[in-house]
Amino acid sequence: MTWSAAARGAHQPDNTAFTQQRLPAWQPLLSASIALPLFFCAGLAFIGLGLGLFYSSNGIKELEYDYTGTAGPGGCSACALADRGRAPPPPCWCAWHFSLPELFPGPVYLYYELTNFYQNNRRYSVSRDDAQLSGLPSALRHPANECAPYQRRASGLPIAPCGAIANSLFNDSFSLWHQRRAGGPYVEVPLDRTGIAWWTDCHVKFRNPPPVNGSLALAFHGTAPPPNWPRPVYALSPDPNNTGFVNQDFVVWMRTAALPTFRKLYARIRQGNYSAGLPRGSYAVNITYNYPVRAFGGRKLVVLSNISWMGGKNPFLGIAYLAVGSLCILVGFVMLVVYIRYQDQNDEDEDEE
Amino acid sequence: MTEFLRWARYHWQRLTGGTNRDDDERPYNYSSLLACGGKTSQTPKVAGRHRVVVPHLRPFKDEYEKFSGTYVNNRIRTTKYTLLNFVPRNLFEQFHRAANLYFLFLAVLNWVPLVEAFQKEITMLPLVVVLTIIAIKDGLEDYRKYKIDKQINNLVTKVYSRKEKKYVDQCWKDVAVGDFIRLSCNEVIPADMVLLFSTDPDKICHIETSGLDGESNLKQRQVVRGYAEQDSEVDPEKFSSKIECESPNNDLSRFRGYLEHSNKERVGLSKENLLLRGCTIRNTEAVVGIVVYAGHETKAMLNNSGPRYKRSKLERRANTDVLWCVLLLFVMCLTGALGHGIWLSKYENIIFFNIPEPDGHVISPVLAGFYMFWTMIILLQVLIPISLYVSIEIVKLGQIYFIQSDVDFYNEKMDSTVQCRALNITEDLGQIQYLFSDKTGTLTENKMVFRRCSVAGFDYCHEENARRLDSYQEAVSEDEDSADTPSGPVSTTARPRAPSCRTVPNGPLGSKPWSPLGGSGEGASEVPRSRQAAFSSPMETDVVPDTRLLDKFSQITPQLFTPLEEPVPNPPLEILYIVDFFIALAICNTVVVSAPNQPRQKIGLSSLSGMPIKSLEEIKNLFQRLSVRRSSSPSLASGKEPTSGVPNAFVSRLSLFSRMKLASPVEEEASPTSESPQGSSGTSPCPTEVARPNGDPGLMGGQVGPCPGQPSAAPLCYEAESPDEAALVYAARAYRCTLQSRSPEQLVVDFAALGPLTFQLLHILPFDSVRKRMSVVVRHPLSNQVVVYTKGADSVIMELLSVASPDGASREKQQMIIREKTQKHLDDYARRGLRTLCIAKKVMSDTEYEEWLRNHFLAETSIDHREELLLESAMRLENKLTLLGATGIEDRLQEGVPESIEALQRAGIKIWMLTGDKQETAVNIAYACKLLEPDDKLFILNTQSKDACEMLMSTILKELREKNPASNVRTSVSEGLPQPPATQGSGLRAGLIITGKTLEFALQESLQGPFLELTACCQAVICCRATPLQKSEVVKLVRSHLRVMTLAIGDGANDVSMIQVADVGIGISGQEGMQAVMASDFAISQFKHLGKLLLVHGHWCYARLANMILYFFYKNVAYVNLLFWYQFFCGFSGTSMTDYWVLILFNLLFTSAPPVIYGVLEKDVSAETLMQLPELYKRGQKSEAYLPLTFWITLLDAFYQSLVCFFMPYYTYQGSDIDIFTFGNPLNTAALFIIILHLVIESKSLVHIPSSPGIPVPISSSEGSASGQTDARGEN
Repeated sequence: MTWSAAARGAHQPDNTAFTQQRLPAWQPLLSASIALPLFFCAGLAFIGLGLGLFYSSNGIKELEYDYTGTAGPGGCSACALADRGRAPPPPCWCAWHFSLPELFPGPVYLYYELTNFYQNNRRYSVSRDDAQLSGLPSALRHPANECAPYQRRASGLPIAPCGAIANSLFNDSFSLWHQRRAGGPYVEVPLDRTGIAWWTDCHVKFRNPPPVNGSLALAFHGTAPPPNWPRPVYALSPDPNNTGFVNQDFVVWMRTAALPTFRKLYARIRQGNYSAGLPRGSYAVNITYNYPVRAFGGRKLVVLSNISWMGGKNPFLGIAYLAVGSLCILVGFVMLVVYIRYQDQNDEDEDEE
Repeated sequence: MTEFLRWARYHWQRLTGGTNRDDDERPYNYSSLLACGGKTSQTPKVAGRHRVVVPHLRPFKDEYEKFSGTYVNNRIRTTKYTLLNFVPRNLFEQFHRAANLYFLFLAVLNWVPLVEAFQKEITMLPLVVVLTIIAIKDGLEDYRKYKIDKQINNLVTKVYSRKEKKYVDQCWKDVAVGDFIRLSCNEVIPADMVLLFSTDPDKICHIETSGLDGESNLKQRQVVRGYAEQDSEVDPEKFSSKIECESPNNDLSRFRGYLEHSNKERVGLSKENLLLRGCTIRNTEAVVGIVVYAGHETKAMLNNSGPRYKRSKLERRANTDVLWCVLLLFVMCLTGALGHGIWLSKYENIIFFNIPEPDGHVISPVLAGFYMFWTMIILLQVLIPISLYVSIEIVKLGQIYFIQSDVDFYNEKMDSTVQCRALNITEDLGQIQYLFSDKTGTLTENKMVFRRCSVAGFDYCHEENARRLDSYQEAVSEDEDSADTPSGPVSTTARPRAPSCRTVPNGPLGSKPWSPLGGSGEGASEVPRSRQAAFSSPMETDVVPDTRLLDKFSQITPQLFTPLEEPVPNPPLEILYIVDFFIALAICNTVVVSAPNQPRQKIGLSSLSGMPIKSLEEIKNLFQRLSVRRSSSPSLASGKEPTSGVPNAFVSRLSLFSRMKLASPVEEEASPTSESPQGSSGTSPCPTEVARPNGDPGLMGGQVGPCPGQPSAAPLCYEAESPDEAALVYAARAYRCTLQSRSPEQLVVDFAALGPLTFQLLHILPFDSVRKRMSVVVRHPLSNQVVVYTKGADSVIMELLSVASPDGASREKQQMIIREKTQKHLDDYARRGLRTLCIAKKVMSDTEYEEWLRNHFLAETSIDHREELLLESAMRLENKLTLLGATGIEDRLQEGVPESIEALQRAGIKIWMLTGDKQETAVNIAYACKLLEPDDKLFILNTQSKDACEMLMSTILKELREKNPASNVRTSVSEGLPQPPATQGSGLRAGLIITGKTLEFALQESLQGPFLELTACCQAVICCRATPLQKSEVVKLVRSHLRVMTLAIGDGANDVSMIQVADVGIGISGQEGMQAVMASDFAISQFKHLGKLLLVHGHWCYARLANMILYFFYKNVAYVNLLFWYQFFCGFSGTSMTDYWVLILFNLLFTSAPPVIYGVLEKDVSAETLMQLPELYKRGQKSEAYLPLTFWITLLDAFYQSLVCFFMPYYTYQGSDIDIFTFGNPLNTAALFIIILHLVIESKSLVHIPSSPGIPVPISSSEGSASGQTDARGEN
């Protein structure tokens, strides 16, 4: 239909830098004089960074104890044997004794670690109802389908909190005792059980349903605790600000771990005499051994650690930087040799890869 | 089916009805029997191909309903969608794409609760976005079409209305088949119609078809025979005939049918009677026609096939790799499924991990693994690049934008630049290995310049003319259209004998944009500027006569012809030959003589006397019309009826009178459009047209002396279908043998020495590529004999010459001598690279002619197999010819062709020249354009039999093998697939020349192998005397057997099939019309542009797109593998460590723009470098940027990078209290960062966009370590 195309004006294209693809462009030739210094600089920078990371990681102190059931003092193996019985397992207590020859600098964090526990299993990790956990009363009564089979009890009562994650809440508990001098009395080290969860978690994501007549328990009326729980959610802690859905142990647990071996923060040690760290002396961690892990071949550890600017103890990153930095320098040297060897032949050889 | 029923009913009625139908049934049966080899029952076959048209008026209403009622009306709708069906239809179209179906499948899969991986709605998002984008694009396109349609549908035309008994305005869309339409000059034809009336005295009508095929010359159409004789306008009320014609088809050059009068008399219809929709009426005051095809059934609409869809090589390659990706996905999902099954079987009873179904039962690991397979497919879907196809489309649009806006492709003369008609094969331009080029118009300018001729065995070499042309080459190259070139020093000094007044016609003709509409004004602006240049640049129109030949012209006297039967001595016989030769040059063609300034009006006696003169005003008008006509084409009237001298004299006297009276207004009216300072008569040295004795032939002889060039003093304009014809007519004019007018019945030639000769035109057998010749049959005015003038390719004509002449031995002997000499001259011309044509004639007796005409008439009126019959008929006429002479026409090389060819050859492209010209001409041009080097070894394949051809090929091959043992001739014939040759850097260059006949043998199956092997060894291959079909077969052969990328370039209709067959077809929008362009993927205006198109844009497009596609694979694999590695740490449970939104938006948002920008703007090498080093093109030819291996290396690279991206964070966060998303986020960020950085490393130029950091950075010398570094950085 060309006849309707009206104007046969100038079809001449615009002669601009853009249309003619003549925009100023940088087409750098990576000659040896640029590439070699670049490599050396990068290598040196990486080595520096790596060294820093490595040393700060090495400076971090970490104590850990596997209490799953290894033979040894404390009697956790006995508890492990009891673990074989069916749930709910009988309460069992064991302890971990250790001594610090010098000050364990603070702030000190108490973690528990679980291995081979696939919190990131998809069906497990989606088995929760965020609406319910944010305190929505309707969701409290009608948990989401994702929670199944921990959505409702056989009696038809909705489970609060519903889902597999909540149901499998870690329920071992720890207390730390300090013996200043041999034979002395054990003094309980105060463990700060708050402030272990993300602020947004316990203030935004997790909210209790509005209390009925001032009572949280009434708000949860008509719901049932998860099958594995010995007590309802509103009785998780005697502290009214730390119970129900905002209980920080619960909140920490609900933040599913990325990897099958994971730690979760149990408490911070920062009060009283222990704000600077754990002074030297003997210590005992009393463990209430409830949580069954042996069925799936998992292990339980309790960990005391402090942190630095780069986080927890992990030498890997420092080593990685050191390795990459060294590699850069090595490659730089190889290229330097090649450059010097073939300098006079043809410049383009080095420029190309 | 309905059509069949209609047809059957119609024929049944005819069978039962008429009694005298036997006669008129005959041609029909005759033709069908002839072609179908005696098959008797063929009715159903025929049925679908005919349509019957009866007038759309009330008396015929019943009949109309019966026959034509169901034909579509003239409303057009080129839109694909309507408001209602847009959504379903668009979706339907989009789901034809496998990729979209795949993603639909994924989206549906995610709705199955058992395998659900994401939230249900999220998976649909990418698909919805992609579908929406494409739907919006389609919608906008469609809306644009809708607006154009609406505009066209609402154009107004005049349709006969029975109610009002006159022509009334109607919209185009309301026109129906059977309507009578009256159009005035410059109106666009709304539907295909049969011409029933024209105001033109010769009952012809001129149409301009540039809207349809771009051909700039006017075409003649004739009123249907039987109506042509009527002088009054056809009255639709009384029209009772029926038209039967073929069913609608898209063949523009064919229309077959007949018109059946109420008395059952039939008149054949051909394309000469058909006015095509979209063309414009020119030079004709008014026409009336009946619509036969309307709306979508018109030939124009049927030809309007829209943009072509080809799939590029690169895309095919990418598609296979997408399949590999699918396989990879499958493997990964299978791994996931197996892993999950095994993992689960370890913890079968641990309800922590094997969470029971809602109903409490626990599914078995095997079943869980099976479900996991599907979950994984959803999870890892990102592996298949959904946005790849969308991105490729966008990138190609961008690339096309840049190609089209390249100012280097702009041709100022034609105001045209490159057109990309195929939207999706830009990158194929970068991979061309074989180039097939037409010669005429492609390598050469197709501006035919008459150079030499040989008449009666004497060669006239036209040296002055040659000198003139040489000087043109310098002067014209800068300023070809300049107004004063023809009258400049060159033309005046170079023509000692030519009177200066001869410049007059040429001045305005060659220089000024004349408007064919003159003062009528409207529509003049639509005339393309190139029109006035069509075959009429001064270089082509000016011919300086050869002095020797002019001497011989002086011997021509009218007396020569009077004693015709007397034995004449030899010199006069030669003179006779010369006369015949030039008459043949002037009339043996289809050139239209157009009067530039007015619609043609010939005032014959009848119309003059029949015109009731009512008022003074009308008398004045009449005079004005007369005089204007005469000033524009002075001798139209003079030739009309040569026998009746009185009316002629009257007319001329009348015009003389009018001129004297009304001279000044006339001149004013005629000249405003031609702003020439030297108006048509004012400044001319021979200004007095008044004095011209054009009325009476008898007066002529004595008066030519003082101003011999006078007859052509008016701005006659020749519009020819081919430039050769125009060149010959102009050449004849230079010898004062001027074609003055042409009408369907007669031709007027103003022969200087003989006066105006009026030839009664009996017949034209038009040129076709099978016969390679054309003929006119005329009645010679002097001898009153029927004479056939034939013009054609020398090989053809030489075979048709009479062997035994009846005129006796001496004449026969002379013919033999002439023949030999002419052949020698022909060979000589061809060696000089001239196009040769032979001119011959034949005298027929009236009875012979009558007999031939009878047979020919049968052929013409048949509907089926008309072509074969016509061919046969032509064969009967064109035989026993007498050779008159030969012409040599030069077709100059286009500017920049040798350089382009050289560069393309350096780029490793094998160039074949396929031409219809003869061998010597072709070889000569090949040398001229550097296709062949002077020291190349030439092998010529020119044999008459297949065996000889085979023998010759094997000898040549042997020779080549001996000379070139190291090169690639090792390929054996038995393989049948010679490898694409590595270009021989050193060693011998060879050229192969093969003629059309031998090519036929070579294309046969058994010889294809050796032929290809042979061509593989040669630098250049030249196929001469190749028919269009052979051209396409050659391309097909090379393309399919060598599996190479082919490009065909051509400018004419004979290249169309070749252009269509090749991977990339390029049309040159030259002088031979737009057919090649219509069929092409890219259209350029000159051959030299091909160099940059391929070497620069082709290279860029290929490199960009190849890298972009690879990058798409890379980024998807690298990203998805992160997820995959994570599965090893989450029990293959299908967890994703990032939010679903990030996954889904990865392709759509996070990584969509950079590769597209890269694909449009990346420049790996600058244009200047690419032009200077054509060798760089070889990278694309060998597909080096994207080999199968490249794909796998890219995948490995992606695997490596994803491993680094995953395990760095993994080891860093191992054993910490990190949660899923906190772990996934840095991982995701690092991966995204590296993926983008990878592109930066890939791209080789960084564009500064002012005040913002540009996109890319340089290629790094060690990519691996660079990404390693960034990994490490990403972890913090």
